[in-house]
Amino acid sequence: MEEINNLAHGFAVALTLPNLLYMLVGITLGVLIGVLPGLGGANGVAILLPLTFSMNPTSAIIMLSCIYWGALFGGAITSILFNIPGEPWSVATTFDGYPMAQQGKAAQALTTAFTSSFVGALFAVVLITFLAPLLAKFALKFGPAEFFAVQLLTFCSFVGMSKEPPAKVICAMMLGFALAAVGMDTVTGQLRMTYGFPVLLKGFDFLIAVIGLFGIGEILLTMEEGLAFKGKSAKINLKVVFQTWYQLLSHWKTFLRSVAIGCWMGITPGGATPASFMSYGMARRMSKEPDTFGKGNIAGVAAPETAAHAAGTSALLPMLTLGIPGSPTAAVLLGGLLIWGLQPGPMLFIEQKDFVWGLIASMYLGNIVGLIVVLTTVPFWAAILRIPFSVIAPVIIVICAIGAYTVHSSMFDVQMMLVFGVVGYFFKKLKYPLAPMVLALVLGDMAEASFRQSMLLSQGSLSIFWSNPLVGSIAGLAIILLLWPLIGMVRRRTSGPRVATA
Amino acid sequence: MSEETPDDGPVVAERGPELVVALLLMVFAVGVILDSVRVGIGWAPDGPRSGYFPFYIGLLLFLASGSVFIRTLLKWKKPSAAFAQRSQLASVISVLVPMIIYVVAISFLGIYVASFFLIGYFMRRHGKFGWLATTAISIGVPLVFFIVFERWFLVPLFKGPLEQMLGF
Repeated sequence: MEEINNLAHGFAVALTLPNLLYMLVGITLGVLIGVLPGLGGANGVAILLPLTFSMNPTSAIIMLSCIYWGALFGGAITSILFNIPGEPWSVATTFDGYPMAQQGKAAQALTTAFTSSFVGALFAVVLITFLAPLLAKFALKFGPAEFFAVQLLTFCSFVGMSKEPPAKVICAMMLGFALAAVGMDTVTGQLRMTYGFPVLLKGFDFLIAVIGLFGIGEILLTMEEGLAFKGKSAKINLKVVFQTWYQLLSHWKTFLRSVAIGCWMGITPGGATPASFMSYGMARRMSKEPDTFGKGNIAGVAAPETAAHAAGTSALLPMLTLGIPGSPTAAVLLGGLLIWGLQPGPMLFIEQKDFVWGLIASMYLGNIVGLIVVLTTVPFWAAILRIPFSVIAPVIIVICAIGAYTVHSSMFDVQMMLVFGVVGYFFKKLKYPLAPMVLALVLGDMAEASFRQSMLLSQGSLSIFWSNPLVGSIAGLAIILLLWPLIGMVRRRTSGPRVATA
Repeated sequence: MSEETPDDGPVVAERGPELVVALLLMVFAVGVILDSVRVGIGWAPDGPRSGYFPFYIGLLLFLASGSVFIRTLLKWKKPSAAFAQRSQLASVISVLVPMIIYVVAISFLGIYVASFFLIGYFMRRHGKFGWLATTAISIGVPLVFFIVFERWFLVPLFKGPLEQMLGF
């Protein structure tokens, strides 16, 4: 029961007054970010990251991870009241959440969404508490070949699991890797792909890419849809909360299924968005009355929210133990660790006990604080959304520009942010996934280093990736996931004459 | 970034942008490959050279974007999905152009003054706000950012002639 002791110690770290304050600030900012279009978990954290450079890392990660939880909660508010998903993972919440609001049951829908988010996160945190130390201990045995194999697994599972065409997933991913390689080679000191431009010496910062791709790109997309916010209003009182909780008890099976889907999709880098859709689909298929889905079924709100929050939370498990983030936001947090001078990976659990367990304890507390904050402040957030987009859009552009500038105090970064914004718009429209690109940009140097170290060990022979059962099985799994779309295609071809649409 | 597909309808087909993006990715991949070859893709006495890893990245990028390119060409004649409506693209450009001007203006005016103009422009042009509300918000927001960043967090942002005149 070493974990319990460690966790108690973590609570002692997290339960100090300044840290509780950071938690509250983080949650509030997070909900705001989740509610506003154009600002999401990933770029919200990226914009605020430079402000934490001088903070104590434990307080900084508590605040930033709370922004993440807040954003997960906030996405549900716009989905239910305005039929506008504030975040991609709350798209599935609109299917039944908005019809409920139209029927005058907005308060129930919101309570369901918040409670489900909370339940999903809680299960995922418990999973992290007990699984993370084990995984970290296991990962201590990893050499460079094993690390590269795990990274390979991460990227291959993107190809295999994405709903986007595999060629486009590979394009986005390789673009991320290539951009990560720009600048000075950390091993030989040689300059790569700078083509004589001194501004390219330090390479592309992924924070700039995240702010541009998700922030500016999202503004352009929102503008295209020509948003006019017309929404329902809602007030939540205690009676409704308890009634809804009582009603939700009968849906415990939906919760368990959604938690399982969410945790799985979060640890393997499927992410919160596919998890929410998958969970919604499962809930409908398993339901006794599938026809009521899409017309305001309470399980249709609970299922995607539980899975999204479980996935979003458990995405931190591989980030902490292996240094491999399970979602773009986790990738930004990982970048933060590196900037604060902490090396993510198994050693973190030995050398930075305060940090790790403080963070894990703050996940429990942050979600409780988050649940209370959102349940009590819904009317306020709904009011914010009534501010016309013609005011919100330029303010968000200004925030993105400031965020990009503060990373290195460089105007070139602000210009690059705009370029990434246009790239993000086109990629989104043409169905190139952004998550693998960001992950490749963050992990590029690390993946390259572990690949080169492995090659050094084996004198350039790829056989090192199946030289022992451990690395062999990870690499093998990676190959299977990579070929998954092909296997599916062959199965479809053989089972019927239907043409596979690629 | 303009879509010059010779379509008459109000909808811009997906194949045009699809082809251009794939082509740009291919060009980028060629750049990666050529530069990797330049720094060396083989082995030096002390291990793999700098181009060893990026070379394969460039190769994969070229193959993947090439396959998108060819596939788009192969089904060129078939009806293509819509990329966006003309009017939608117009509103995207109506945001993108001020954004570009804004970023350029920051270099000359500093972030605060440029933000004032950006917010003011949006509120007048897209929001049809009165002068009073426009002035209040477009001055107020940069002022709040100034207090938060310069005073509270002590993070200096990019300043222009106005701030210098005022002695910051």
